[in-house]
Amino acid sequence: MCIAVPMQIKNIKGNSAVVEFEGAKKKVRLDIIDQQPEIGDYVIIHAGFAIHRIDEEEAKKTLRYLEEITAETYETFE
Amino acid sequence: MKHLSEYRNKDMAQKLVSAIRALSNTPVRLMEVCGSHTVSIFRHGIRQMLPKTVKLVSGPGCPVCVTAGAEIDRAVMLAGYKDVIITTFGDMIRIPGSSSSLQKERAMGADIRMVYSSFDALKTACENPGKKIVFLAIGFETTAPAIAATILEAKRMELNNFFILAAHKLLPPALTALLNLDRINIQGFIYPGHVTTIIGTSSYEMIAGKYGIPGVVCGFEPVDILETILMLIRQIEKGKSKVEIQYKRGVTATGNPRAMEILNQVFTTCDSCWRGLGLMPESGLTLREEYKSFAAEDYFDLTVPTAKDHRDCQCGEVICGNKTPVECKLYRKVCSPVSPMGPCMVSTEGTCAAYYKYNN
Amino acid sequence: MNLDKIFLDQGSGGRSSRELIEKLFIPKFKNSYLNELNDSAVFELGGAKLALTTDSFVVDPIFFPGGDIGSLAVCGTVNDLAMRGARPCYLSAGFIIEEGFLIKDLEQILFSMEKIAREADIQIVTGDTKVVPKGAADKIFINTSGIGLVPLHIDIAGQNAKPGDAVLISGNIGDHGMTILSSREGLFLDSLLKSDVSPLNHMVQKMLKTGSEIHVLRDPTRGGLATTLNEIAFQSQVGIEVFQEAIPIHESVLAASEILGLDPLNMANEGKLVAVLPEIYAETVLAAMKETSYGSGAALIGWVKAENPGKVIMKTAIGGKRLIDMPAGEQLPRIC
Repeated sequence: MCIAVPMQIKNIKGNSAVVEFEGAKKKVRLDIIDQQPEIGDYVIIHAGFAIHRIDEEEAKKTLRYLEEITAETYETFE
Repeated sequence: MKHLSEYRNKDMAQKLVSAIRALSNTPVRLMEVCGSHTVSIFRHGIRQMLPKTVKLVSGPGCPVCVTAGAEIDRAVMLAGYKDVIITTFGDMIRIPGSSSSLQKERAMGADIRMVYSSFDALKTACENPGKKIVFLAIGFETTAPAIAATILEAKRMELNNFFILAAHKLLPPALTALLNLDRINIQGFIYPGHVTTIIGTSSYEMIAGKYGIPGVVCGFEPVDILETILMLIRQIEKGKSKVEIQYKRGVTATGNPRAMEILNQVFTTCDSCWRGLGLMPESGLTLREEYKSFAAEDYFDLTVPTAKDHRDCQCGEVICGNKTPVECKLYRKVCSPVSPMGPCMVSTEGTCAAYYKYNN
Repeated sequence: MNLDKIFLDQGSGGRSSRELIEKLFIPKFKNSYLNELNDSAVFELGGAKLALTTDSFVVDPIFFPGGDIGSLAVCGTVNDLAMRGARPCYLSAGFIIEEGFLIKDLEQILFSMEKIAREADIQIVTGDTKVVPKGAADKIFINTSGIGLVPLHIDIAGQNAKPGDAVLISGNIGDHGMTILSSREGLFLDSLLKSDVSPLNHMVQKMLKTGSEIHVLRDPTRGGLATTLNEIAFQSQVGIEVFQEAIPIHESVLAASEILGLDPLNMANEGKLVAVLPEIYAETVLAAMKETSYGSGAALIGWVKAENPGKVIMKTAIGGKRLIDMPAGEQLPRIC
């Protein structure tokens, strides 16, 4: 359920924005997004609406953490 | 594909699997609540990678699947009206009601159009002033705010030919209802990423507190799912029952208050019937009084007899995690994706459909 | 399956289409050529071995990035002949045109057909035109039939796959299906999606010229690679194992699939082929494919196995395993 993908904001006009994902551009609505995005931000798009602005710092933290725990696993279990 | 491809890393996935293997002692049953998780788990072949101690069961989180037969019957009835254009998300078309489906109605000449967004339905209404456009409003808390925003826009535009048939479902009440059944046997929840983006984690805190079942809010890529399973196993092995967020790039504990406000401005909760599970209190949404002029069921006469699920259908048990599809006598014999009998076979996200498609 | 009315699913090329053909058409027309369910029928006539095929084209929209209904109509039939190892020679073309259709659009379609015919080195030698009242057809439908010459020693067919054979694909999958779906529904303001519609006969000739033994050739059109692999596994009663990482997919197709909740394995191709052949020839044939413009992205994607006859199994990129089933019917976007 709730198919949603991260797309990048290309431009904003009032309550709508153009977003892009690997060359595919879509017009989406900003009515219900949690934080007003800026051009260049990644947002999560569901059914033509942006629902969340992705926090780049959080994304980086998750990846760093994953790298750490998987490095740890490697030493401990293999 | 930024924010996606990074989480499809084979090396990371393999290492997470070995960590899960090393840590898991007690046999556990984890429920992935969301249909998109079910699909991702099957698509990436995750079940087969897990140790025997970890069993994944699929929950009620596919809005297309749980849409009740009576709701489809109403849509089918609407399709019979001459001046009506039905707009809907794609996979609703195949869902059977008591005697017909939108697909069958389309074959007989009904004007049924697939849309990607409720705003596309609004556009259809503007372009066809002589017709009445009905949007089949299904989906959980992720989708409902978008529909609410569409209604607000329709009101602003003073459109009088746009209606919705509201069949939204709310997830926390369904989970609570499931947990109150004696037959449920689940040690951990894999919570849906995008529903939580909107509602936040407070209702899961209640579940963790009251029922002592841990939960982790999970992203949709294979590494997300494996990390979530590892986090759950860690909690279970330590006897903890907390709510954690794995999908931090998409979810915060507070959710999206703006979306919730718009949702609550337009809709109010109501009792709702779930296919395979029956009537659950306060588990659906209906338009508030101020927006009733957009309610298709008020404008059109849509009285339909109570629809019954197939008597041998085991979907209720499958959704509770007590049976696998192969234990149902309809599975693969009379029930298949081409002619589904119950909710779990209806959408590609349903447990039975996923079994059918990806499992041997 | 309820058989009192035809549904769109039954034209989707997947499981429902197959059921319709097996339940209605085969019992009526049954003969040894038709029963094989191959891309073309191959038979001997007056000492020559001939391949004959027919296909109808009803694509909506009729013009799309990368091609139009005309290029599709010629490529589709040329490719169906080539998939039996035939050298396509002559085509017929039948047109059903809706009243009011623009002459300039018709001209453009004919121009595309002529261009592809020239490239594929075939001639359109007979044809038919019908005009129907407005609403009796959607703009324009085209049927093409084709005939080709098969060298006597060549036997390429869906039932010939053997355990140990390599499975090759000639390039990125899903381009055509995703392009059509997104342009029909107006899903994107702009995208890099482009149909792969192209004639494959010259590539097949190059593959055959290497002197390699080729067991099966098939173009994964409607129903996509998933359907084609399942058909081969079923017809040859073998198992097929493919590696997800090895299957080439353009990023834009992958991205569109994510947005719509669809699987590129189920999306149509109009300029790709699957080749099944003994392992010893795999490298040579792959090299020959890569030398052609339509095969530059060719790759080895898996192996034919004796185990699990009739089934297609995928080793996933993260190290899991799953079954690849035929899509049930029409590809419907999943949104919520």
